[in-house]
Amino acid sequence: MPLLTATRISKRFGATQALDNVSLSAERGRVLALIGENGAGKSTLMKILSGAYRPDSGTLTLDAKPFAPSGPLAARQAGVAMIYQELNLAPHLSVEDNIMLGRETSSWGVVRRSQQQPRVRQALEWLGHPDLSPQAIAGELSVGAQQLVEIARALVHDAKLIVFDEPTSSLTHRDTQRLFDVIRRLKATGLGVIYISHFLEEVRTICDDFAVLRDGRSVGSGELAGVTEDQIIALMVGRNVQDLFPHVPHTPGEPILSLRQLSGQRYPREVSLELRRGEILGLAGLVGAGRTELVRCLFGLDAVRSGQVKVANLALHAGPRERIRAGLGMVSEDRKGEGLAQSRSIADNLTYSRLAPYSRWGWLNLSHRRAAVDRWMQQMHVKARSQEQTVQELSGGNQQKVALARILHQQADVLLLDEPTRGIDVGTKAEIYRLMGDLAAQGKAVLFVSSYLTELLAVCDRIGVMSRGQLKEIRPAHEWTEESIMNVAVSGEM
Amino acid sequence: MSSPPSRERSFQFGRLLSSLGPALALVAVYLLFAALEVAHNHRANIQKPAVFLTADNLRTIVAASAVTGICALGMTIVIVSGGIDLSVGTGVALCATVLACALVKDVDPWLAVILTLGTGCALGAVNGITISGLRVVPFIVTLGTMTAYLGAAKMLADNVAHAQTVRPKVIDVGSPNYADNQVPEWLKVFTSTREKALWPDDDWFPAAVGPAVEWVRFPVGVWLGLLLSLIVAAVLRYTVFGRYVFALGSNEATARLCGINVPGVRIAVYTLAGLFVGLAGLYQFSRLTSGNPTSGVGIELKVIAAVVIGGGSLSGGRGSILGTLAGAALMSVIASGCTQLGVSNSLQDVVLGVIIIAAVTLDQLRQRRFSGA
Repeated sequence: MPLLTATRISKRFGATQALDNVSLSAERGRVLALIGENGAGKSTLMKILSGAYRPDSGTLTLDAKPFAPSGPLAARQAGVAMIYQELNLAPHLSVEDNIMLGRETSSWGVVRRSQQQPRVRQALEWLGHPDLSPQAIAGELSVGAQQLVEIARALVHDAKLIVFDEPTSSLTHRDTQRLFDVIRRLKATGLGVIYISHFLEEVRTICDDFAVLRDGRSVGSGELAGVTEDQIIALMVGRNVQDLFPHVPHTPGEPILSLRQLSGQRYPREVSLELRRGEILGLAGLVGAGRTELVRCLFGLDAVRSGQVKVANLALHAGPRERIRAGLGMVSEDRKGEGLAQSRSIADNLTYSRLAPYSRWGWLNLSHRRAAVDRWMQQMHVKARSQEQTVQELSGGNQQKVALARILHQQADVLLLDEPTRGIDVGTKAEIYRLMGDLAAQGKAVLFVSSYLTELLAVCDRIGVMSRGQLKEIRPAHEWTEESIMNVAVSGEM
Repeated sequence: MSSPPSRERSFQFGRLLSSLGPALALVAVYLLFAALEVAHNHRANIQKPAVFLTADNLRTIVAASAVTGICALGMTIVIVSGGIDLSVGTGVALCATVLACALVKDVDPWLAVILTLGTGCALGAVNGITISGLRVVPFIVTLGTMTAYLGAAKMLADNVAHAQTVRPKVIDVGSPNYADNQVPEWLKVFTSTREKALWPDDDWFPAAVGPAVEWVRFPVGVWLGLLLSLIVAAVLRYTVFGRYVFALGSNEATARLCGINVPGVRIAVYTLAGLFVGLAGLYQFSRLTSGNPTSGVGIELKVIAAVVIGGGSLSGGRGSILGTLAGAALMSVIASGCTQLGVSNSLQDVVLGVIIIAAVTLDQLRQRRFSGA
């Protein structure tokens, strides 16, 4: 008997049918992978499961009893726990306080710590981490440890079903393995797990069953053992994607960007490298290895302590403005917080870095700009109601296309892309890989920072591996394997 | 792919309606008070004719909101850029005092005006440079300058006029000692509703148009204010600088990433706001024909309220001149309407407070519905 079933769930928001008769079932002691592109309806379905939304029609059952939570608290009390991508901890409170939040052991309003602490310790021990101190301040922990605290909270609240929403996107490799161990333990005790992720290799490693959503509908489900990756992708995208990583032929030419002993305030540390025209250079490394810091120093966003950056001789202390003029463009890894001004329109975001062609004596020719933005939106296949729409209404993939369009509109020759495919659906990822290939074929240089080794190996010409702020090794892509990259990436970490 | 034209049109129409919100609310409240006055007179059996819905009253309402309105033009730019300026109140008083002191010392009136505007710009620049340079939040910096400007104004009044309030001599045209007059005529009628300021005679216009024209017989200061509003609105919408201000308010990190000169834009924003503070000081002097250092305390809250009622968001990136003007006028209408109905001053303040909260809440609800979140 399934632990949780959803039968013909539908939900509409205004003009959008977010879910259309979606059904799925999760079993005890098994991990169900929920797969789908951005906008397929996964988040909406999860919000209904966790009690944040009510479905327009359809039924849910938990343990064969009808399940219709009146709100998130009711859902949690019934035993459904959500671990969101953006973790829900109170960063200033201790681990113990976070775990017991909402379920404190108290009498007459006074918290009984002596009774609480054993429960907390037990949960942490069970998860395999007796070393995590209940008194540690949650905000000071690593992302992996914070996630464990959330899982511990779910356990203490007697969860029957735990839903993970993109749990590994900010985790280090080691933390991901720890998480998988924990999930295996959860399975063994008879808990049900729903695992939402874009990373199909991970899904295959840890999940047993799968359910695929596309455009708000269930398009396939079953056991993972019986399907290939291509079949899953075909279900997700609705067409046969022969090539996950479209390749555009290009040949590296002469150097355009060279760094000599570049050092920032803390990271990077004396990094020297050369980027050539027509080349895609990948930068691998663990989270925290200093790749983003290197890119920010390069672009002039963070202070440089010493070293040289040369794009046909650039001054060292120049800020982003001069970098842009010299032909550099940067796509930030933090799309929401830095990459785009969320409350401004697509047109604004696309043109902020180069308004000169539309302005005379400071006055803008808006119709001229509108025509140009229309062209760019068409070229990059940005799906939106209007170019005046605010960026925050777009899906993650479309937002990223706007960020990319901006640096192309800026006529950048050297593109610094920091995690450009993070949180994006498979279809758009393929578009971005093809775009990178096209740009290289046009003679531009691309620096591609990513934590997803498969895409680096498939797309890049050379790959450099960073660890603790230093560039450890740089080799042609065909001379690397996933394992050898990881070996170098972890080498400084022990 | 770009969107089909019909969807684009309905999208634009929705946004237009949304931005007219505060203006429509203003008209509604105005008519409401007119109706209330009639009902009140009827119930209390007062035989007076209805006064609210008259050209004279409209003129009074508009003139009363002049100082707040002018100041709010600059404040709109500041708030859109993600900042705030608490020093505008005492700044207005300081500028009015500067003007008064200059006139008392028989400085040429036009030079005095330039001095006043220059002082305003300087006050704004101090704010902008301190905020950018020290990297302290605008709230705190302008809280400090607010107090400093009050002190500076008092010192100025003390040193130049040896009095708490600086009063240049105001002498009417027909009088024998008119030569002693220190305040130029145009400045006396700048915001005055008593004088028929804009055009001298009743029969300047043909009789048919006469009554209609009465409704827009505002003092020169108001017309100047409207002109400036158009200019500022155009700057915000159609210039590169305007785009940068919105970008800065929406997301400062993104602005930096796009190569926008963040400190430069910020200093320019506060200096521009300072110019409007100087101008508002001129308006303030014209209303009181004196420079009183303490006459500005409290203005800053009204000014901020005007921007916020008009749809401006204190977190930056949102705001409009039309909304701000509607907000300033709305507060003036409420004050006037309440007075006509015999509502006490203290109760008026309570009403105003409720209106501010209601306006912002409605605006937020509207935002959420329109963005489909």
